[in-house]
Amino acid sequence: MGKTIIDKIWEKHIVHQEEGKPELIYIDLHLVHEVTSPQAFSGLRMKNRTVRKPERTFATMDHNVPTDNRYKIDDPVALNQMTTLEKNCLEFGIPLAGMDSPEQGIVHVIGPELGLTQPGMTIVCGDSHTSTHGAFGAIAFGIGTSEVEHVLATQTLWQTKPKTLKIEITGQLRKRVTSKDVILYILSQHGVNFGQGYIIEYCGEVIERMTMEERMTICNMSIEGGARAGLISPDETTFSYLEGKKHVPKGDAFKKAVMQWKELASDNDAVFDRTITVDANAITPMVSWGTNPSMTSSIKDSIPYVKDCKNELEQKSLERAIDYMGLKEGQNIADIEVQHVFIGSCTNSRLEDLRQAAEIVKGKNVHPTVRALVVPGSQQVKRQAESEGLDAIFKKAGFEWRESGCSMCLSMNNDIVPSGQHCASTSNRNFEGRQGTGARTHLVSPVMAAAAALYGRFVDVSEKVAVEVI
Amino acid sequence: MSGFRTIAGKTVAMDRANVDTDQIIPKQFLKRIEKTGFGQFLFYDWRYTQEGEENPNFELNQPANQGASILIANENFGCGSSREHAPWALSDYGFKVVIAPSFADIFHQNCLKNGMLPVKLQAEEVAYLLEKATNQPYHLTIDLEKETVTDNNGFSASFPITAYWKRMLLNGWDEIEITLQLEGEIAQFECSNAVK
Repeated sequence: MGKTIIDKIWEKHIVHQEEGKPELIYIDLHLVHEVTSPQAFSGLRMKNRTVRKPERTFATMDHNVPTDNRYKIDDPVALNQMTTLEKNCLEFGIPLAGMDSPEQGIVHVIGPELGLTQPGMTIVCGDSHTSTHGAFGAIAFGIGTSEVEHVLATQTLWQTKPKTLKIEITGQLRKRVTSKDVILYILSQHGVNFGQGYIIEYCGEVIERMTMEERMTICNMSIEGGARAGLISPDETTFSYLEGKKHVPKGDAFKKAVMQWKELASDNDAVFDRTITVDANAITPMVSWGTNPSMTSSIKDSIPYVKDCKNELEQKSLERAIDYMGLKEGQNIADIEVQHVFIGSCTNSRLEDLRQAAEIVKGKNVHPTVRALVVPGSQQVKRQAESEGLDAIFKKAGFEWRESGCSMCLSMNNDIVPSGQHCASTSNRNFEGRQGTGARTHLVSPVMAAAAALYGRFVDVSEKVAVEVI
Repeated sequence: MSGFRTIAGKTVAMDRANVDTDQIIPKQFLKRIEKTGFGQFLFYDWRYTQEGEENPNFELNQPANQGASILIANENFGCGSSREHAPWALSDYGFKVVIAPSFADIFHQNCLKNGMLPVKLQAEEVAYLLEKATNQPYHLTIDLEKETVTDNNGFSASFPITAYWKRMLLNGWDEIEITLQLEGEIAQFECSNAVK
């Protein structure tokens, strides 16, 4: 019987096996940020322990970082958290892409762009969107702070092997229907906990045609379906993205690495615990209207009716959600007005995302009642975008062009959506209060967000007319 | 972390599905560098109005629910962010056990690592407990050794827990200490197998 890529990577990382225990697996790469690490370092210090492999650890600052004036941090508690990371990295010898580094950025953007993320690896970070790195054919998952401490001290984790779930995406995506719409569509069909206890492998012709940026967007939101990790078997697209990246082997070593990486792909006769098939032809631009990512519909649809709910629990959730969102059952998605637009986050802040949004925005103006922000995922993305003139396109249209960080995805810095207002956001979570107390988040793709900025409401970018009229 | 065998206490019912960790502890309280003191911020946006007043409709604010140490919730409790501040806040507030039909994977792990017991019961059992615990004081006893949840009126249900975590929690062991005893195996793995 053939093996899945998940089996292959897992088996290669088992350090210790024993009856009645989870397996002790080795962690190849540990990414660290300022919010979920301070208590882990304190724990090490209290027990007089050290970091086992600083060279397999890499830190950056992203959650608290201001995106207007980078060095003006008003909140002393946030500032303390950031300086604490600096001190911890210095004390334990961990490389840090700090505020002054040209490599600083959202941890899930810089890992891949620096080539730290590589196929076949086990990768963890105290952040649930670590699943992003799975796009390279790695088992990558989010962990809590106790596990961060465990990895720092031992470079391993006790884990029970998750079950395997294959999601095969067939057919052809329509123009301007993006990988973001694909993952939102999957969540809208299967809910927020279908992936509990699984690692997902995304595959099929649609995935094979996708760029690495598109693949990262899909893997990033695996956790929104409850799966700790989602991955894609590496192929030529993966290898050509990685070639020449800073931490990727060079020359003959690269060729040798590629040979090994090619072995990782799931075997044709591999058996998964569960399989889901998705027809890409059925997917249209998606907009979330509720308070979890499965509460999402096509731009062509309307808010569901309470009477159509399957059970009482679902009914209560729907009532709560539309009350919080200030919407009505049966209301057309295309009639929802937005006052804010956020293009950014570890889901959609890479160069390709910004290029696609800029194409919609070029030569047009942001609607007068909309405040629109572009927050590049990293300093490197920002520099590349500026060298292509994307910043000028956005600014001319009326967007604010910011410094890199997590920003309005979770609004830990000053980038906040005021209570009661609606935001078209390229981020990953529409939970209550996520973008600010009382803020109303609508998850969309970068092109849908860009168009919403111009119209002040949602429009169907897959309809040619809509885009031309703007 | 100290070990425990039984936990007996008052319950509070929170009949909501998909309670995410952003609700359990909102992001504005994640900036502290300590593990303690998060209880005051637990469910902050639900517990207080935007004017900072206690929201009388919220489950934890009802007089009958004061002093509860067992939280009964609905499916997919703790979904979303990996923030361990969520179990820290629940624990600091006074909760020792969360009962639900299902838990998000990372939250489930985070609870165990902090000596807080996530108890998974059948949906019908949870529905029964939610009903019992709504609008009246209701007490439960959780026996980790026997893997049971019981009340004083004949309700009894068993919950699953791995042998590994049962032993860890009963003894209050430090997981890192256990792993460090395998130092030789880790070093050997690094020499022979690790991805360079």
